[in-house]
Formats: sequence, structure tokens, C-alpha cells
Amino acid sequence: MISINIQKTLFAATGKMQLALQLEIKQGQLVTLYGVSGVGKTSTLRMLAGLLKPDAGQLKVGQELWYSSEQKVNLKPQERQVGMVFQDYALFPNMTVLQNLEFALGKQTNKKIIKELIEVVELGDLQHRKPSTLSGGQQQRVALARALVQQPKLLLLDEPLSALDQEIRSKLQAYILQVHRHFKLTTILVSHDKKEIVKLSDWIFVLEKGQVKQQGHPISIFEKAELNTTFKLTATINDIQQVDHYFLIDLLIQDENIQLKISEKQGQGLQVGDRINIRFQATNPSIFKIDKNHE
Amino acid sequence: MTWEPLLLTFQLALITTLILLVISIPLAYWLAYSTSRIKPIIETLVSMPLVLPPTVLGFYFLLAFSPNNAFGNWLDDWLGIRLVFSFTGLVVASLLYSLPFMVHPLQSGLSSLSPSLKEAAYVMGKSRYATLIRVLLPNIKPSILTGIVLSFAHTVGEFGVVLMIGGNIPGKTKVASIAIYDEVEALNYAAANFYSAVLFVVSFCILLFVYLINGGYIKQFWK
Repeated sequence: MISINIQKTLFAATGKMQLALQLEIKQGQLVTLYGVSGVGKTSTLRMLAGLLKPDAGQLKVGQELWYSSEQKVNLKPQERQVGMVFQDYALFPNMTVLQNLEFALGKQTNKKIIKELIEVVELGDLQHRKPSTLSGGQQQRVALARALVQQPKLLLLDEPLSALDQEIRSKLQAYILQVHRHFKLTTILVSHDKKEIVKLSDWIFVLEKGQVKQQGHPISIFEKAELNTTFKLTATINDIQQVDHYFLIDLLIQDENIQLKISEKQGQGLQVGDRINIRFQATNPSIFKIDKNHE
Repeated sequence: MTWEPLLLTFQLALITTLILLVISIPLAYWLAYSTSRIKPIIETLVSMPLVLPPTVLGFYFLLAFSPNNAFGNWLDDWLGIRLVFSFTGLVVASLLYSLPFMVHPLQSGLSSLSPSLKEAAYVMGKSRYATLIRVLLPNIKPSILTGIVLSFAHTVGEFGVVLMIGGNIPGKTKVASIAIYDEVEALNYAAANFYSAVLFVVSFCILLFVYLINGGYIKQFWK
């Protein structure tokens, strides 16, 4: 159990903000801190890691007191046993992938862990390369592996996937889930992406104006807010043709090209390049499960 | 015409640069990361030699180090060091004179590194010292090289400070820049030309070397 009860005055772009968080995280869970930029998510992670000192309050991880303003306890980052993945990955440019991992080894840690991690995140072919020669997704995997070398109790992920494109994101989400379960971690994720949150986390804390506004299972939180019985899609018209009494329109929806038949009345006034909303009822849909191997 | 002033010059520059490197790393580290209120004052003091006429520095050194004054007298009595008109005195003066040329590149190198590099190392349990030696310094190699070369070249070129505090003692304080002045005064242009040409060529080569390396033209030696 991690119990967080901290106050801190933050100086954000929008001015002073009072952060007053009170939350509890069960051991072994993967939880998400969610909220708009500047609400104090990253600052919360930094205070957990010991990189930022709270003004008052208490931080307790298991039986260990990490910070307490009353008892004047404030463990240094070096004493906290935390793994952290930074937004910019913070890989050491002067070291190869392997050396980056080896640098993170403590005196007592067994070297075997490095081999194991390289296997789990599939870095074998890249281990002798310098970080600057790797793609964003590869660097992210190195950062993730490096954060785990010390076998931390707590893994902190500060928007780890925000700089990557959708395809690599979903792959890396799988890696994150895998290491979270494999190493029995307690993980705190900062993320903006609802899909990612639903896929990864057991519990979500919604932050607003420096406080926990709402908490719960991600699905219940997001669905309650936006439960709908109609699908709504946004599309761009690529082509439009009149055939007899109806129109054939070619649409671009996200990355997919789709052709629809619409009535003469609906097609009036539509032009190539227009953006349109499409709604349809969610009754009686055809549903097929996607085979995981083909995803 | 002898090689002695030239050798003395390079000896002075070498010793000064090595000592400067050792003292500038902690100083630059502090300047790059400290949030202390006295930081602007220290920054100003470090930069002073850039704007002051060297003769001003030399003049105050002369006063301070003279055995007729309290500090110089104390040094002479207790440590047996006389800094006026001696090679040791030249080294001490050169250290202050060239300090900004070492500190500034190191400081800007450290400031330009992402703070998360340092933080990542701390979170991994590494001490400040280990982080500095193994993470920060290796990633500012070009700045270190620039600092070394600029300090060296700047010490080679010093004149006013040396003239004030070192005088013109052959083999002890008569460095190349002084020797050139001396020979010109004596209308011995051939000797002046010899020292000048050597300094010109050497300085050109040193700077060319830095630009080649920092520009990535000789990558295999500096990676």
C-alpha cells in the first residue's frame, strides 16, 4: 500500500496552484494519474521519486516512511528504490544500450537481471548501439528496461508514450503490461490517452485543480461520462458521385477508405474535401473478436 | 634568440590549464545548478578578468603579493613562497586571468544537458560524484576541450599581467610575449619575428585542432 498525502504550491504557466493530493494505491496495481496539463501529475511523480520536495504532508510506501513534514523525514532519490521513465527517456548518450542498463546496477543487484530485461523488451540486437542511433520506440524500451534494473518496488511512468505514433504505442503498451506483471510492480502512469488508460490501468485518479476529483475503474469513469447509444464518426470526403437517385461518397475515416451510399437529399451541398459527422444507431451490430496474433 | 621564452610560455600555459581544469569543474557545476542568492556575485567575479585591463589585475597582484604588504609578507614568512617576480607568481596570476575561459564553456555545457539525465542517475541510486564523473562530464566533452584549449591559448597570449607581476627575468618570468616586446625595444626585429611567428603558427594549429574535432571532422579520435 502506498499512501500519499501531500501539499505543494506549484508555479505553473497559469500562475500559482495549490496541489493537495490524498490518495492510496494498492500494491501490485497499475494506476493512472489523469488530468489536463499543468494539473500537477508530473510534479506528483517527481515528489514520489524524491526529485521535488513537498511543502507538507506524508508519503508512505509499505511500512517505509519516505517523506514526512512532521517527523522531518525526506529520503533522497538514491534511497527510495524507484524506477522512473522520463518523458524525454533520459538515456545517457555516452553509453551503449547495454552500458545504460549496467550503469543502473546497484552493488547488490545480480547481473542476471540485465539479460532477463533485454530479453523481455527484445533489445538483444540493439544492445551495443548508442541511444542516438535508435528510434523513439526503441529508446522508450531501453528506458523502460533501465528503470527496472534496480528491481524497484515502484515504477513511475511520466507520459512514456506521448512522443510515439499509434502503432508503436500499442506495442509498447503491451511491453509495459508485461513487465508490470512479470516483475510484480506497483506502477503509476501519467497519461492523456483514454484508450491507453483503459487498456493498461486497474485504477484511475482524475486530477482537477490540484486535487483528486474522481477515482475508480477507468472504464466506469470514462463510460459514465460519455455513455452513448449512437456511434459518431468524423470523416473527410474524398470523392462524390451522383448515381440515379442517390450519391456514392468515398470517405477517409482515420486511415481507412470507406464508400457509402447516401440519399439524394443527404448528398445535397456536399463537396470533395468537406468534413462530415456520421451517426448511426448501435443496435444490432455485427461483432467479431480480433485474434490477438493478428492485431 | 633562444627557445627559452617559448618553452617557458608553454610550460606556464600547460600548468595553468591543468590546475584550472581541476578547480573549474566544481566551480562550473555549482554555477550551473545552484539557485543560491550569491550566484550572480560569483558569476560576476569569475567574468571580471574578461573585461578588466590585464594591467589592473597585475597591479593588484603586485600590491597583494609584495613582501612589503601583509599578505605577501605572511606567504613569505610562513610558507616561504614569494609570488612577485617568480614563476609561481605567474602561475597564480594566470589562473585568475584565464579562469573565465575554462569556467564558461564548462558551465554552459552542463546547463545545456537535460536535467533529467542527472535525475535519472539519482533515481538509480548514484551519488552526485558518480553522476558527475560518469554521466555529466562524458556528455560535455566538446565543452571540456573548448575550455582546455581556450585557457591554454589565452595564457600563451597574456602580456600585461606578466609584465606587472613577473617582470622580465630570463628563464624565470620572461615568457614569449615579453621577449617579443623586449626585442622590439632593442630594435632586434629578427628575434621578435622568430618568437611571433612561432606563437602565430602554434595558436593557429591549436584552434584549428579544436574546430576540426568539435566540428566532427576527426570523429574517430573523439567519440
